[in-house]
Amino acid sequence: MGAHQPQRLDVGGAIDRSRAVELVVDGETFTGCAGDTVASALVANGRLRVGDSIYRRRPRGILSAGVEEPNAFALVNGEHNESMVPLTSLELVPGLDLTLLDGIGVLDQKVDPAEYDKMHVHADVAIVGAGPAGLAAAREAAATGARVVLFEQDFRLGGSLLADPASLVEGVPSELWVERVRGELEAAPEVTILTRTTAFGSYDNNYLIALEKRTEHLHGTARDGVSRQRLWHVTARQVVLATGAFERPIVFADNDVPGVMLASAVAAYIGRYAAVPGRRAVVFTTNDSGYATAHALLRSGAEVHVVDAREAGPSARVGTAAADAGLRISTGSAVVGIDGAQAVEAAWVAPIDDEGALAGPAERVACDVVAVSGGWSPNVSLHSQRQGALHWDDALAGFVPTVPVRNQHLAGAVLGTYWTEGCLTEGRAAGLAAAAASGFAAEQSGRTSGSEVDTVAEERVARAGTTRQLWVVEGRDGGYTTHFVDPQRDNTAADVLRATGAGMRSVEHVKRYTSISTGVDQGKIGAVNTIGLLTRVLSGEDTRAIPPGQPGQDGTGSRAASELSGIPAAPPSKPTPGAIGNTTFRAPFTPVAFAALAGRSRGELFDVARTTSIHPWHVAHEALFEDVGQWKRPWYYPRAGEDMDAAVARECRAAREGVAFMDATTLGKIEIRGADAGEFLNRIYTNAFKKLGVGKARYGVMCKPDGMVFDDGVVLRLEEHRYFATTTTGGAARVLEWLEEWSQTEWPELDVVCTSVTEQWATIAVVGPRSRDVIARMAPGLDVSKEGFGFMEFRETVLASGIEARICRITFSGELAFEINVPTWYGLKVWEDVAEAGADFDITPYGTETMHVLRAEKAYPIVGQDTDGTVTPQDLGMDWIVSKTKDFIGNRSYSRSSHQGPGRKQLVSVLPVDRSLRLPEGAQLVERVALGDYTGEGLPERPIPMLGHVTSSYHSQALGRSFGLALVKDGRDRIGQTLIASFLGRFAEVEVADAVLYDKEGTRRDD
Amino acid sequence: MNQRELPQHPDFLWANPEPKSGYDVIIVGAGGHGLATAYYLAKHHGITNVAVLERGWIAGGNMARNTTIIRSNYLWDESAAIYEHSLKLWEGLEDELGYDVFFSQRGVLNLAHTLQDVRDSVRRVEANRLNGVDAEWVDPQQVKELCPIINIGDDIRYPVMGGTYQPRAGIAKHDWVAWGYARRASELGVDLIQNCEVTGFVMDGGRVTGVETSRGRINAGKVALCAAGHTSVLADLAGFRVPIQSHPLQALVSELHEIIHPTVVMSNHVHVYVSQAHKGELVMGAGIDSYNGYGQRGSFHVIEHQMSAAVELFPAFSRAHLLRTWGGIVDVTMDASPVMGPTPVDGMYVNCGWGTGGFKAVPGAGWAYAHTIATDQPHELNRAFGLDRFVSGALIDEHGAAAVAH
Repeated sequence: MGAHQPQRLDVGGAIDRSRAVELVVDGETFTGCAGDTVASALVANGRLRVGDSIYRRRPRGILSAGVEEPNAFALVNGEHNESMVPLTSLELVPGLDLTLLDGIGVLDQKVDPAEYDKMHVHADVAIVGAGPAGLAAAREAAATGARVVLFEQDFRLGGSLLADPASLVEGVPSELWVERVRGELEAAPEVTILTRTTAFGSYDNNYLIALEKRTEHLHGTARDGVSRQRLWHVTARQVVLATGAFERPIVFADNDVPGVMLASAVAAYIGRYAAVPGRRAVVFTTNDSGYATAHALLRSGAEVHVVDAREAGPSARVGTAAADAGLRISTGSAVVGIDGAQAVEAAWVAPIDDEGALAGPAERVACDVVAVSGGWSPNVSLHSQRQGALHWDDALAGFVPTVPVRNQHLAGAVLGTYWTEGCLTEGRAAGLAAAAASGFAAEQSGRTSGSEVDTVAEERVARAGTTRQLWVVEGRDGGYTTHFVDPQRDNTAADVLRATGAGMRSVEHVKRYTSISTGVDQGKIGAVNTIGLLTRVLSGEDTRAIPPGQPGQDGTGSRAASELSGIPAAPPSKPTPGAIGNTTFRAPFTPVAFAALAGRSRGELFDVARTTSIHPWHVAHEALFEDVGQWKRPWYYPRAGEDMDAAVARECRAAREGVAFMDATTLGKIEIRGADAGEFLNRIYTNAFKKLGVGKARYGVMCKPDGMVFDDGVVLRLEEHRYFATTTTGGAARVLEWLEEWSQTEWPELDVVCTSVTEQWATIAVVGPRSRDVIARMAPGLDVSKEGFGFMEFRETVLASGIEARICRITFSGELAFEINVPTWYGLKVWEDVAEAGADFDITPYGTETMHVLRAEKAYPIVGQDTDGTVTPQDLGMDWIVSKTKDFIGNRSYSRSSHQGPGRKQLVSVLPVDRSLRLPEGAQLVERVALGDYTGEGLPERPIPMLGHVTSSYHSQALGRSFGLALVKDGRDRIGQTLIASFLGRFAEVEVADAVLYDKEGTRRDD
Repeated sequence: MNQRELPQHPDFLWANPEPKSGYDVIIVGAGGHGLATAYYLAKHHGITNVAVLERGWIAGGNMARNTTIIRSNYLWDESAAIYEHSLKLWEGLEDELGYDVFFSQRGVLNLAHTLQDVRDSVRRVEANRLNGVDAEWVDPQQVKELCPIINIGDDIRYPVMGGTYQPRAGIAKHDWVAWGYARRASELGVDLIQNCEVTGFVMDGGRVTGVETSRGRINAGKVALCAAGHTSVLADLAGFRVPIQSHPLQALVSELHEIIHPTVVMSNHVHVYVSQAHKGELVMGAGIDSYNGYGQRGSFHVIEHQMSAAVELFPAFSRAHLLRTWGGIVDVTMDASPVMGPTPVDGMYVNCGWGTGGFKAVPGAGWAYAHTIATDQPHELNRAFGLDRFVSGALIDEHGAAAVAH
């Protein structure tokens, strides 16, 4: 053993004295041993004191030895600091540098360099907890051949056995028994043992979420690429919860002074870590379990004085052993106060009456540790997260699961089974039952019979002995302001009493009035004590706490139970904790770092970036990209010295005057097949597709039931029962979902199948007066003449390269244009061929910005930019696309009153009077007169009526001026009017014009 | 900025009376809206013979589960008007109620991550300003100045392209708001009756005259439904339908940390909205579960997605710890705007469909609903939000408008 550890025993414990481990806490170096937690190393060094409490700045000490710890938190300094790490579950490894915290964390603002990942697995049997019950269950289930996943939050298996390594299990020391079981499990091919792994969430269908800590215990020796933490998603046929129980503190004056510890924690520090919290101990208990701690303390060489709240003292079995050991016991007594601020110096012990009030003078007992046991609470979090029922077991003095959740099993202390043999019996039975229910029968059946389990259940109360429900111990001064119920939140019994005095009756209200149970331990320490305290207050036992008479009320001085409300069940005359009820258990069981939940979904993996097969060319040609949905689309291709405006003007000119090409692959593509495909599309789109000829294309608009435009695109009829529809780039997924919703849930009688083929096709638009020349070169076998290849037709052909292609004559620019569709993997090759075929014509690649300008000059709307879910086809000036002869989604809405008459916003163009002014998209349009005195400075005194807004705005190379599209109230009636565009506190005059500004006659597409 | 230790609540909040045989007005649902309605009925309209019936515990539904964001930067005139009215009431609420509700006007940032986000944001800012709502467009550098912990670099999948900022927006402490209203309503004579579930309505012809409850029949001159998603169930009992769908919506908190996040940040595109509450916990909302239901819990993958968005935008949150998750039920209409007004049943009124926006509306909705109940006429602020719009088609579609999902 390294440096002197004054409180370390020379023998015993599951630590390795040959491996000293140094630890720095607030700059001070301590030495512990391998196998320690930070907390046990501090205990071994005689250090119980940790940070101060959050608000009252009271000195605090280590209270527990587990995940319920409310006081001992540190900032772990490292390559990325982590805050609020409980010392009681932080494994001691070399190199730890800690700063103690006062109940509040400090976030590291650097980027976390660590990796986090996720694993998704299926199991036959998932077992939570590797104490005696969980290990017994795992062994039985594993023996059947079932696929078993065993979760243990600790770095060692054994659970409650770890505190008492010398105890015998199945005839061998527990340490050895655990090792044997581990060996059996490791030998079973379908078993996964996950230590350092906390199952923290339980969701429907036995879906468990667990966090595994993978690298920190390796202190820097982990292989590269091993994630720091892993989130396990486990779906199990059957689940066994062997989650144990938490010991409760006792609520008495100054119960937060360092040195007051849970009795089970004292036993664990001595038994597991050979670290003695004190040499002169008071054990204050309401039940038999405190005596095990008393014996452990005795064996460690400490002086022990047991203060047993029960008038009758311990049960016979425990009492005999205590007498044999010569324990000093004060029965019917309580610790009523503590001397010392930084550390316990003495406990004041006094007799108490049946009400918990002082019944005699207090005696000062000098001591350095007070081990407390207020009874046990089964750890029901995962059970309750699934809405598993609980009831108050008055004999066990705890909330106990009533029946397991479907396809789950419970075993051990979670049921109130607080002795090892009982846990083993229940564990075996649960493991067998779980395996059997998942289809794996035991080779030797009958190893645990149902009657043995029943016997365990019958013995629970006798084994546990009597627990006195001592929810609060009166102090010597009559106050309750240092009786801590939730030490982490600095909440005391006085706070609970204030809450009930204020009219709070629901435990949920008391929680919110006080903030009890809102800390890191989420009520593990204080929730049941709070409920018990409420029981006492509301039963009238402690009416002193309830202020008589309230201002402004109808004479409600005293509060009889009959007038209580806000309590889940009808309040009985004497409330029990069961009648008060619990607050809700929620995931996570213990805190989980945000980054672990994010996993790999960060940076470029946050959302997949979709690129076309032509993307490398765009990158090589220095395109700038725009995010459209998940796609990266070329925005524009600046040449040296060009800004966006110059590049877009050049690209526009090429499209209008020569030839240009763009990658249109990102458009959504859906094949619709089946005998009723035409009928289906007729119902989906506002216009008709049933009679569209094979080989023809038609533009279509689809609406939601409210009649508002939802998406648009061109539909090709490939065959009699086979259509090919394009959608907007961002809308592909929701359109497919929309089609599926209607075909599956509304019109299942239609023979129609929809398949996304977005990824299967690359699409290249070739646009401009010279596009026919380029296509002729590309597809020498195709008649591309005006007469031979009409507008809104398509041809299947073979390109000069030998690649099969589908070429369409459609346009989104108003120019003569073709779209070449080829299988995705030929996209780049065909694109390069187009570039080569067009080289003589100076063919120019263009991006989304130029596409937007070209289509805006023609008033082709972009769904989602020129529409916003409130725009009908009629509003867009597309009455022609709304069928009057067939029904379709949205049709009914057009007869509603708000669709008739004036006031609808209509798509028009707006021409800034200043021809060089490009309005910001989003600028609002108002009438000059509506502005009144408002100058744009500050905010107007009263709302100024708005007529609409600018949806698109560009500089038009073709028109030689700026222009915009706008949705304007009664816009078509306002053509010729001058309105005011308001933006950035500025006003500019704009003229309302017909939406189509370029080639109104539509002659260019056929040139 | 330092943590605040919250002051203690008052020594007395509300009485717990037995229900009387009848009331002038019965409000069904003691959430924020029900309590505020009761308060304004008593305070502004002198109607104090009022009971608020609550199936569970006061303010235990969405009022206890929301992420407390308060803003009024809605796109459409009708929405901006009622939320701005509400915001003005928030600005005087602590004085009005004599209760510290921790209304903190720390500003709300709505981030833009795509060119379309930018268009929508500019549009909303300009509309807000002309409606008298404070709003400004901020570029990425200004975003960084307002909230230094945001990553505005281009090393994230959807870089921040700017945002809208409403300086007067902020957060408040939800329980304290509800309790402030409850206390004053109780003082003014309103009976707050918990554990009292409405199981039916007593009708006389086409008029409601009372309610059947788990604590017996109670007569009523008027009945005002105020039960969020469960309004569907109540309306069904009363013989009419409301066009709302109920979905789980989750939220979550971290443990307490020293304050590093000075404002409220919302991003629809990467989907995160987060503030740091007064005590120091990070408070976040997750996404809506797509299925319908009244179970107050959601799916875990929604939380995971939320966390990746949070860490993406805020590297400092990496090792903050998820402490608690929970679910509420959002009652969503087809246009994402609320329903408030008369019903087909005489003497019965409805207020529901606030979806994800109910908390911020508490004062304004209570104020307007009280007016509607007291005068049998919708107030100008809620005239456009009646059930009749689903017949006329005059929807107020905040779905399509940016930054209104939450």
